[in-house]
Amino acid sequence: MARLATIHTLSAPAAVASGVDSIPTPHARGELTRIALVGNPNSGKSSLFNQLTGLNQKVGNFPGVTVDRKTGISQLTPQHRAEIIDLPGTYSLYPKSLDEKVITDLLYDRESAQYPDFVVVTVDASNLRRNLLLFTQLADLGLPAVLALNMMDVAEQHGVHIDTAELQQELGVPVIPMNARKGIGVAALKIVMAQHLDAPTVSFYEPAEELLPMIRQIRYYFNLHNDYLALHYAHQFRHISFLTPDQRQYVQELVEQYGFEPTARQAQETIARYARINEILLNAVSVTRTERNEPYSNKLDKILTHRVWGYLIFFGVLFMMFQAVFAWASYPMDLIDQGIALINSLIQTNFNGPLINLLTEGVIAGLGGVLIFIPQIALLFAFIAVLEETGYMARVTFMMDRIMRKFGLNGKSVVPLISGVACAVPAIMSARTIEHWKDRIITIFVTPLMSCSARIPVYTVLTALVVPDEKVLGFFNLQGVVLMGLYLLGFLSAIFSALALKFLLKTQERSYFIMEFPVYRWPRWKNVGITIVEKVKTFVFQAGKVIVAISVILWVLASYGPGDALDKAEQQARVIAAQQQLSPEETDNRIASEKLENSYAGLFGRTLEPAIRPLGFDWKIGIALITSFAAREVFVGTISTIYSVGQDADMRTVQQKLAAEKDENGQPFFTPARAFSLLVFYVFAMQCMSTLAVVYRETKGWKWPLMQLVYMTGLAYVSSLIVYQVFK
Amino acid sequence: MAIRSTTAAPTTQRSVKDLRLGESGTICCLQDPEMALKLLEMGCIPGTQVRLNSRAPLGCPITLVLGDEDYTLSLRVSEAATILLKN
Repeated sequence: MARLATIHTLSAPAAVASGVDSIPTPHARGELTRIALVGNPNSGKSSLFNQLTGLNQKVGNFPGVTVDRKTGISQLTPQHRAEIIDLPGTYSLYPKSLDEKVITDLLYDRESAQYPDFVVVTVDASNLRRNLLLFTQLADLGLPAVLALNMMDVAEQHGVHIDTAELQQELGVPVIPMNARKGIGVAALKIVMAQHLDAPTVSFYEPAEELLPMIRQIRYYFNLHNDYLALHYAHQFRHISFLTPDQRQYVQELVEQYGFEPTARQAQETIARYARINEILLNAVSVTRTERNEPYSNKLDKILTHRVWGYLIFFGVLFMMFQAVFAWASYPMDLIDQGIALINSLIQTNFNGPLINLLTEGVIAGLGGVLIFIPQIALLFAFIAVLEETGYMARVTFMMDRIMRKFGLNGKSVVPLISGVACAVPAIMSARTIEHWKDRIITIFVTPLMSCSARIPVYTVLTALVVPDEKVLGFFNLQGVVLMGLYLLGFLSAIFSALALKFLLKTQERSYFIMEFPVYRWPRWKNVGITIVEKVKTFVFQAGKVIVAISVILWVLASYGPGDALDKAEQQARVIAAQQQLSPEETDNRIASEKLENSYAGLFGRTLEPAIRPLGFDWKIGIALITSFAAREVFVGTISTIYSVGQDADMRTVQQKLAAEKDENGQPFFTPARAFSLLVFYVFAMQCMSTLAVVYRETKGWKWPLMQLVYMTGLAYVSSLIVYQVFK
Repeated sequence: MAIRSTTAAPTTQRSVKDLRLGESGTICCLQDPEMALKLLEMGCIPGTQVRLNSRAPLGCPITLVLGDEDYTLSLRVSEAATILLKN
């Protein structure tokens, strides 16, 4: 440490700016220094990123892919600010998952505007050997680097002593010992990061002699600065996104011409690197074996992955999560709901006109539809973040892998499936951690079948309508049992759809389950907090845009009709109201209902009616089906409008109106058969634009979202048909 | 070369799959070339000591402790079967 400080006092920022170095740093050019953060999973990279940037973070996308691109601004010294890019955790530069491909795309393209000036490599000091593998690869790419030797406290507990000065000598880059969880060493790291850094001086691996002719040709063709990078082109030309088809063709021909064997070469390289790393560690690291008791992690695992207690505890955790998402979130959700209603009524009482209606019924109502989900999303991700931070999630995938595999899924599918109960959008995004293509596609495909929170309003309104509020077996609430049954139906359909896909999809790729098993740790609350803020922001700005836009479109469709149809409808409603001597409020409701019937939305509903009649639905439900295609929870709002209830009515009046609705014969329209048919329809149907949009982004094409749409709608249609025809 | 083709593997050799709970062995070689890449990256290098640490409730996957560092890896039994042990 002291050594480092003396080395770098010479090239303090001022000196750099005055032109001591021949290459001006970006900082000297007046630009932000761009620094990429790279490291193994579980090496404390996120903690370091949070320490460096605090809440000064931004989530965007890497061009072309939907992997989150987390960047943040860090104030390194009073004069020097830098942009930090947090890259996904990886074990090597040979990417296995979608997330990891982002790293190679960024680091192989020197021409890219995003190309970092240098990288900070985080390594777990208690597990240096495996962590240094990635570092040596990055160094051989010729990237200037700083080594953040993280988790020094854990290493010391394990009796691992690291001679930092020696390690720095051997690795040829600055080495900063630190403990990112507690913020120790961050100040020193920032000072080094503010310097101009040269490319590493030490090389760790030379490609084999016989490969050089091929490597040199690639290097010359692409005008690359180093042999090792050219070798990576030979390994990965198929996956490097910035290569043109012609360039890929060129590399492919070379690879074939020289008979290059990527698998064997990569294995040789990895073994050679480990041999080299062992030499380095021999000099720089000494281990004193301390007599230790059995690690606490092992003791905990005896209970938490026990064949009985393990599953019981897991279901307990799930139960808590459901409670949080459904029960606890309802208080802030009610507040948001009431707040939006209050703002709307304030605007409506003070202003008037079609633009005001667009603002209140279109934009603000749509905005309310977005904001209302914030409590649920925040709570869900709080739970998921804590489970991941503590290392418990790894145990869940460990316990569930065998079961999930039987259904064509993977232990890692558990997280998306569970998250799907809150919202399919973040759940589908969380399937990125599944490296295996087939497992991932199946997971994405079946996740929307899990009953998400947007189905709750539909479920509760219709269940309350036809299921009596009484107790079964003395203490189970019958409505609760039905609700539970609907969730179970969704879960079973997901599992069995996965099983069907397992046999339908063909793949050469093999499924792996080789992963690090982290020790239990206390969650870092700062990281949990930042995750929540970040996920909520992503939801509000990305999904929110879609929902608000569709709400506005729906408002237009429901407020305007062909020609003067709406004016006529209003006049007619007024005449009828006058005849029947309705109160002013009833008259307004009547007018709203007549207008909707004659609007474009009403027109669509009537067009749809012949198709949905066998399911027991009429044109009014047809409108609701169309509008709720944007988002399922729109269903309740729409039927409350159609059945002429004021928009701000609470659920009870919606139920009363539904119960009062009569068919042609004067019998209640919502028979149990109709209600259950509708319920089953909502369990299965893909009534969610945002989900389709996110599946399109995640699978990079319309094939999978369209298949999902057809499959789920078909499943919903057939099931509803059966339910209605059997029970009517 | 530590990667051995599938055909050359003698059937008598023990693999990590055959370890008893708590038993240790030394990695000799990796049988499956493609899987080997992932295993090598994760630290399963020939010559490393490996101990069977635990099994999932249904018998699979399992966890291994690698080397003298406290590093735990989890993998499926079928994957463990490709890691052969020195006799």
